[in-house]
Amino acid sequence: MRQTPTVQSPLTLNEIYAALAECAGDLKIIAGGTDLMVLANAHQLEASNFLDIWRVDELRGISDEGDALRIGALTTYTQLIRAPLIQQFIPALVAASRTIGAVQIQNRGTLGGNIVNASPAGDSLPVLAAYDAALEIGSQRGTRRVAFNEFYTGYRRTVLAADELVIAARVPKVKAGERDFFCKVGTRRAQAISKIVMSAKAQMNAASIASIQIGIGSVAPTVMRATQTEALLVGATLTPDLIEQARQMIANEVTPITDLRSTEHYRRSVTGNVLTKFLRQIIEGAEAR
Amino acid sequence: MSDEKNKSDQQKSGVSRRSFLKASGISLGVPLVVGHRVINVNGQEVKLYGPTKTSITLTINGAKQTVEVEPRVTLLEALRHELDITGAKRVCDRATCGACTMIVGGKAVYSCTVLAIEAQGKPITTVESLMQGEKLHPLQQAFVDNDGQQCGYCTPGFVMACKAFLDKNPSPTPEEVQKGLGGNLCRCGTYMGVRAAVLQAATMHKGGKNHG
Repeated sequence: MRQTPTVQSPLTLNEIYAALAECAGDLKIIAGGTDLMVLANAHQLEASNFLDIWRVDELRGISDEGDALRIGALTTYTQLIRAPLIQQFIPALVAASRTIGAVQIQNRGTLGGNIVNASPAGDSLPVLAAYDAALEIGSQRGTRRVAFNEFYTGYRRTVLAADELVIAARVPKVKAGERDFFCKVGTRRAQAISKIVMSAKAQMNAASIASIQIGIGSVAPTVMRATQTEALLVGATLTPDLIEQARQMIANEVTPITDLRSTEHYRRSVTGNVLTKFLRQIIEGAEAR
Repeated sequence: MSDEKNKSDQQKSGVSRRSFLKASGISLGVPLVVGHRVINVNGQEVKLYGPTKTSITLTINGAKQTVEVEPRVTLLEALRHELDITGAKRVCDRATCGACTMIVGGKAVYSCTVLAIEAQGKPITTVESLMQGEKLHPLQQAFVDNDGQQCGYCTPGFVMACKAFLDKNPSPTPEEVQKGLGGNLCRCGTYMGVRAAVLQAATMHKGGKNHG
């Protein structure tokens, strides 16, 4: 007989740590439930017991830490969309949050949930990749900080130990003059899972690219940075020829699969096109000035 | 097995959580109904619900209702199956279609993916709250006036999504309406009527009529 699940409802971070230390591996941490409850309703969830962390307010909130923002793991997409600090300093995260599900999902889904769900299609993840975010990870053994771009070790695999919890993301602020970008390609505007999703940041020095970071989702087993294409672009003068080279390079750099949402060919092509869109925006923005 | 049973009886006196869970798994056959228990985990007290039925109190459309559910039960199931409040519909059961939309704590949510125990302590509003006697809420009237429904199955969820949207944004533009209602699907394709209804309800609200 299948055992019906228990649900633990801690109110503090220490209670979460205690429960995880005691029962590591047997507990499924649940927050807004926008991913897990779908699996549970479809009887696809293996873990039988839940640790419901939704009431732990210590994990909410956005704080200004000088050159970075600290975003609590339970911060919802609705909160991200409305937060003046995010609008000002991480505009791509606002754009990403607006494309996640629809209002009902944005009211319950959390940034931390998107991170630990570890889907290659998580729409906030390319932003965290492009912005070189860091994650604060806690357990009864203490807290540690891990670079977001070193958090995933493979398809739906992370460096999290069984007794650990992602408690916050620290995201560096966009710098003065830096351009940021977000683009999601899905079947429809709302409620679509990405076919490809990209976020990028670039700093120009006159006509040449001083720095560029490109994060892409749904084109590899995990969210990825297009480091080869970044290397091609950094220090180069941004011309239509360079954009064409970058388009071809990034289409080859990504490693997408064909699945029910899209094909490998489409994903490679559109990744190149989406990068082209960002780079053209930079040129047009420079000309407009 | 009798050892485990004894442990279960002694859980208040410091039996480890793991053995307690084993014990309660074995005693599943007993139709126990209890509220949450406070268990001691590594020196920290944590509320534990289940696995047997738990008595919870929900505040639905202004009235407190007590219901006995397993902790895995969703808010939607608790209302439909236990309380016979059937306005919200179960359609996709996977947080996509919006037919189960309720307003919880002032926010539109898919009740198919919210645990009932999690909705305790927050006001829950469903489509049943809107009519005053025989009089339709202005938003409901606007749905009627604008053919905002055909088969009607998505309508209760749509109406609640529209209500939450207008509560936040009482004077929306047509573009805002379109974006704000992206979380609800209608297979009959009544979107044009629904958008018109929202704009009409917003106009009536501006005209000073009661918008609930």
